[in-house]
Amino acid sequence: MTTLLAASTHGYWNLQTLWFFLIVVLWVGYFVLEGFDFGVGTLLPFVGRDVAERGTLIRTIGPVWDGNEVWLLVAGGATFAAFPGWYASLFSGFYLALFLVLVGLIVRGVAIEYRNKQPGEVWRSRWDTTLAVSSAVPALLWGVALADVVHGVPIDANGEFTGNLLDLLGPYALFGGLTSLALFTFHGALFLTLRTTGELHERSRRAAVTLAFPAAALVLGFLVWTYANAASAHNKGLVPGVIPIAAMLLPFAAGALVRAGRDGFAFAATAVSIALITLTLFLNLYPRALVSSTDNAFSPTIFTTSSSHYTLVVMSIVALVFTPVVLVYQAWTYWVFRARLGDEDAAGMRSPLDVLERSPLGRGGSPQHGK
Amino acid sequence: MALDLARWQFAVTTLYHFLFVPVTIGTAWFLVGLQTAWYRTRDERWLRLTRFFGKLFLINFALGVVTGIVQEFQFGMNWSAYSRYVGDIFGAPLAIEGLAAFFLESTFLGLWIFGWDRLRPKVHLATIWLVAIGSTASAYFILAANSWMQHPVGYKINPVTNRAELTSIAQILTNNTLIRAFGHTIAAAVLTAAMLFLGVAAWHLRRGGEAALFRPVAVIALWATLVAGIVTVLIGHTQGQLMTREQPMKMAAAEALYTTEQGAHFSLFALGPWSRYPNENVANIAIPHGLSILADNSWNGTVQGMNDIQASYVATYGPGNYKPIVGVAYWTFRIMTGLGFLAVLIAAFGLWLARAPGRLERSSRFLRFAVWAIALPFVANLAGWIFTEMGRQPWIVQGLLRTRDAVSPSVGPWSVGLTLAGFTLLYGLLAVVEATLMMRAAKAGPDPEGTFTGGEHDPDGRPVRLPALTY
Repeated sequence: MTTLLAASTHGYWNLQTLWFFLIVVLWVGYFVLEGFDFGVGTLLPFVGRDVAERGTLIRTIGPVWDGNEVWLLVAGGATFAAFPGWYASLFSGFYLALFLVLVGLIVRGVAIEYRNKQPGEVWRSRWDTTLAVSSAVPALLWGVALADVVHGVPIDANGEFTGNLLDLLGPYALFGGLTSLALFTFHGALFLTLRTTGELHERSRRAAVTLAFPAAALVLGFLVWTYANAASAHNKGLVPGVIPIAAMLLPFAAGALVRAGRDGFAFAATAVSIALITLTLFLNLYPRALVSSTDNAFSPTIFTTSSSHYTLVVMSIVALVFTPVVLVYQAWTYWVFRARLGDEDAAGMRSPLDVLERSPLGRGGSPQHGK
Repeated sequence: MALDLARWQFAVTTLYHFLFVPVTIGTAWFLVGLQTAWYRTRDERWLRLTRFFGKLFLINFALGVVTGIVQEFQFGMNWSAYSRYVGDIFGAPLAIEGLAAFFLESTFLGLWIFGWDRLRPKVHLATIWLVAIGSTASAYFILAANSWMQHPVGYKINPVTNRAELTSIAQILTNNTLIRAFGHTIAAAVLTAAMLFLGVAAWHLRRGGEAALFRPVAVIALWATLVAGIVTVLIGHTQGQLMTREQPMKMAAAEALYTTEQGAHFSLFALGPWSRYPNENVANIAIPHGLSILADNSWNGTVQGMNDIQASYVATYGPGNYKPIVGVAYWTFRIMTGLGFLAVLIAAFGLWLARAPGRLERSSRFLRFAVWAIALPFVANLAGWIFTEMGRQPWIVQGLLRTRDAVSPSVGPWSVGLTLAGFTLLYGLLAVVEATLMMRAAKAGPDPEGTFTGGEHDPDGRPVRLPALTY
């Protein structure tokens, strides 16, 4: 078993390190983008007062949520391709937690897509509630999972997880979960202030102002705790000073900015903060892939879990070619849907089904009319 | 126990996912055709059809997407030993799929749904093309990963780690198994969508719904079923020939052939003893020389039988059973191929009916049958995958790794059982919701004429815009 010492013998300029940070970039992309999707979902019952308003709120993420979620799939796929051992230990070890995440993501996707496939207040209200819950659950669990990765879980000399679900729910991990839930919700509220007008805009802003302090305080507490863990003998890892300090100050800045009416800057501040928190945790982890709380010498590293040199070269070329293209067209999507949505979008939206229901041409006997 | 449960979980989640995949890919290409026709002719009929079938497409697509995440996660969750062993090779096509295909498909689908009133018509048309291209490319990379499990190429076994390592990505992406599986799968996807379109059109035609709209759909769908059906069958035939060489046990099981024969019979209906791995048929109705002609293009070609392959595998790989469950392989193969031929016959008959104007619309029985026939390609698709995967057993990677050695060592039977129950329950509920939505949307029919008067003005003088496809 190669120990941590292997990292220094390899140096930092190697393909494993490159891929470690590419995977960090993918997680950052995922948390920054789906972070506000989760936030919008969680805030649905609080910011949207009726079905029509909640419909408008969902429309702010409607065109982009699926593309945002692909970041997770690519992060998973990249881990599989570049570090099969990491992928195997992580996914089999965090088994039940990932199952809950999967259920959340499945239900959430269906809620967004099926809510509007049929008219009816009850139908839509139920999906709205479902969406709120299924957004909050993964938002919480990702924080738990990431905190566990950094803090360490029972892993044996073969890189196999030896604990159970309760080992994943320690105090630090649960604190991490609360932090991610609060920060993503705050981030989502700021996204809504950018994407809405009128009454919805005002309520989103109030939600953001309310969430600012709790989210910022949790981030501060979580990062201090992370630092304390890193400094302890059990869990040695890198914690470079300026990145976590910026990460913990930015949510406070976001709160001040949204109060000052600078919504765009406030949103940028939470986005950068999410990115920096993710980076802090992964830097703390490097060059390990997971931390073994059984014995740090058992911790799988990026060198013990990586693919062959050839595979890493192939994947590097693929990433180099496709990532810029993806970034360009995803950015373009946000540009296309930059227009704010407001109250009139909810009231005045002309749907084919509205027309159908009013129309004498509507087919008798179809369930829509028959029931 | 955990092994069996993990296999059941893979079967349940993968087959369920694959209910939605082919119909989604096929429908995407039909939407490309319909919207391109609208763009070129500005005939409102094509627009109404695009939006009508677009809605059905989205209902399917949603479940395809959300159940796809499980697919990528469960290799690590339930099959961590497999993931360690083959990750060097198997992970690459999965990662490429995400980066090169799934991003494309998901991002442009969002643009297509919500971009009706925000993009110029030409750009909006391009988005559905990219969705179709992305979903087809997705299939290519996923099949590249699967084909490697059927026919490993471009790898070496590292003697130090005892794991498979990639030596040529080009060989992975040009695997002869992959090329055929891709053609077969995409043709089957078009066939699946075509029979859905046919069934929906038939439902409306039988009730005297808009014939001007649905007759062309029915005729196009019939032609697509015929052509895609023939292509599926022909490529399937070449796959069978390849399999005879590369996975002889799977092919022998599919034909219930126990002893190696020259001029082998093609079995139409065989019964074996009630056992998983029998050694002989109890009864067999067969066409003399049929299998040799199919498998080898020759009257007296040699086709290896299961008992002889078993003996040679024992010599190569050591003691053990190397037969798949013969009954499953034999009958899933027959269901798949039988339904494929049936689809071709249905299409040919439908086209014969459609040769005179009005004849098809009056053929009430055929129209009613066409509605029920929507189920046929779905059953065939599932049977095909059950055959492909169970026919390869006991291997997870043909000749390299056994399924029993691939399962996660750290995951106990309770965990697998719990998640299996959870997924089954959730998927069952979602199936009910999806089927209800599909039927309602399909029965409701397209929006009435005049709904989409793009470029015109409403009574208040404001331009009427095409709404997003969220409803």
